[in-house]
Amino acid sequence: MTAIALQPQVHPAVEGGLHLEVTGISRQTESIVSITFAAPEGGRLPSYVPGSHLVVQYGSGVNAYSLTGSGNAPSEYTISVLRVDEGAGGSVAMHRLSVGDRVNVSRPRSAFAPASTASHHLLVAAGIGVTPILSHARAAVERGNTASMIYVHRPDAGAHVTEARELLGPGLTALVECTSRDSFQSVLAEALITQPLGTHLYVCGPVVFMDAVLEEARSQGWSSARLHSEAFGATELDAGEPFTVHLARSGVSLEVPAGVSLLETLESAGKTIPNMCRKGICGECVLPVLRGAPQHRDLYLSDQEKAENTTMMCCVSRSNDPELELDL
Amino acid sequence: MSSTIIETDPDATLLPERIRRFPFPFANDTYRYSANVEPATKDAPTEAGSWGTHLVDIDEHYLDELAERAKVLERDASRVNVLPHMRGSVWDALITLLSSMADDYPDTMSFHRAGNICRWHNGLQNLDIEFTVGDDSSLPGGPMRFLGSQIQDDIILLDVREDTLWLDAGLVTFAADWSFGFDVGMNFTEIHHPVPRVNEERIVSRAEQFLLRLQPGEQFRRTNWTMTIGRRLDTSTETYPEWGPDRSTIADDPALPEKLHLRVEVQHLIRLPHSGALLFLVRTHLLPLSDIARVPAWRERMGHVLAELPDDMAAYKGIIRYRKAASDWLLGR
Ligand code: FES
Repeated sequence: MTAIALQPQVHPAVEGGLHLEVTGISRQTESIVSITFAAPEGGRLPSYVPGSHLVVQYGSGVNAYSLTGSGNAPSEYTISVLRVDEGAGGSVAMHRLSVGDRVNVSRPRSAFAPASTASHHLLVAAGIGVTPILSHARAAVERGNTASMIYVHRPDAGAHVTEARELLGPGLTALVECTSRDSFQSVLAEALITQPLGTHLYVCGPVVFMDAVLEEARSQGWSSARLHSEAFGATELDAGEPFTVHLARSGVSLEVPAGVSLLETLESAGKTIPNMCRKGICGECVLPVLRGAPQHRDLYLSDQEKAENTTMMCCVSRSNDPELELDL
Repeated sequence: MSSTIIETDPDATLLPERIRRFPFPFANDTYRYSANVEPATKDAPTEAGSWGTHLVDIDEHYLDELAERAKVLERDASRVNVLPHMRGSVWDALITLLSSMADDYPDTMSFHRAGNICRWHNGLQNLDIEFTVGDDSSLPGGPMRFLGSQIQDDIILLDVREDTLWLDAGLVTFAADWSFGFDVGMNFTEIHHPVPRVNEERIVSRAEQFLLRLQPGEQFRRTNWTMTIGRRLDTSTETYPEWGPDRSTIADDPALPEKLHLRVEVQHLIRLPHSGALLFLVRTHLLPLSDIARVPAWRERMGHVLAELPDDMAAYKGIIRYRKAASDWLLGR
């Protein structure tokens, strides 16, 4: 076992998730490796929506990686990781994993789902962005929908190229590989004006690449409702900054760390706070604020109530100030 | 009416199961709409017992209610509809619920899947069946009709697109004064348009935001309530002529305590794992006032709730003409 597999503390982003074992490693290109996970005791893993990602813990950090399968009743999950030497260290740690290592991962999270009403899916990928696009292509084939794919990669350095080619048939009706910017420009321009009515477009790759593709589609008259791009983490609340909460009536101060909610902090300090949804919608966990500006992240309070800063929903909201005082 | 003799059981363990497991919805003496959602499958204690440990609740009415549903479907095909793009979601719902039932009721049910071939055993119906995920013809009536023959809940599937929810599939035979056939294809805001107060109080848009943010595999629930005359599950708009007139006669009916039922819906909200669609399950529970009154705390709280309920809400719930008679009886006036 490598040191990465020793994860003394479960990161909040993968809490309530899965504990999996690395069962396969395969090199895709010089800098991209595919890693397969399965349940240590075998058996089925939760199905997932095509285009989903998995949050994987490495040491004390977490990173999100797209799953490459169709998501239908899987017994293993596969991600592909591009090594980024100047990054935060996540991809380097992933590249060090070996078969038999154990990792904490989240349940699959969906943020790039296929549109159920699309008549055709136009899939556009650049580089490592191929991972969720491959998931979409596989799902389209499996579900009896049609898709076509444009894949931009460096010459002889495309990950999952063989798998994409093998999918070609009645589901994936076209696969165009581009290894130069110019060829991609003309392929995309052509594709954007020849799609069947009701086609949805999905793009994943570097941000500038995605922006350029979306921009070009809009200029060709595509409505935003038919354009989809992968945006990691859009559906989850971020961990937030740590802050201190002072309870005026009890005369105690508590530290609320990043990734831990105010509600959880109060509960572990022995306070009983009424709550139902723990998602900022039901309104049960409201607390009176005496001093400081809460960072409101709930759906319950009206804009006016939020501006008044006299109450906050402690299950999701945090603090804009380093310290908050509550009437508690 | 005050001459009716009520048998109250101070010892809750002596109460019949229909009372002990009833999801009594009132926590206070007043009631207002709220987004009262909480994580699903959590035991909810009441003064008489508890409810809510299972996602799919099976009770003593199982076979009767499924037989009643079959009759409704035979009469009126508009109670079930699956728009073509929802086929995958229906299969997703079926697989999710059958495996959940097999986990919760291992003595009577089992579910096995190998690839897309599944085997389902339901001992309560003496049913053993093999089918293939995605092949609609492998199940009698297709996957939606089949699911409706296995659970007492009404089934609604909402598609998620363009940051909006669309009611695009379902099987609804026990609607409380609404019409599935009319609402199918509408979006979330359109469906809730007629409910008084909810727009002002932003409950609908808030609920929709919440549902859109649910991640696949997450399960929540809430309760809702109204009242029904007789033990009648099908009070959809389509059958209004059959049940509507009772509303104007029940107030003076000496049999009010036995006839008038508190109708509680336990609604589950589930983001399906593979399709990402929202599954909305509505399980209807009916309990006559005479049974409610056997739990003193329920009797009093419900009496106060009915007496205090604002007129617009009472009118929308269709109880305005008899709510005073009901609360008077419950409060012993
Ligand atoms: S617990 Fe529901 S809003 Fe906080």
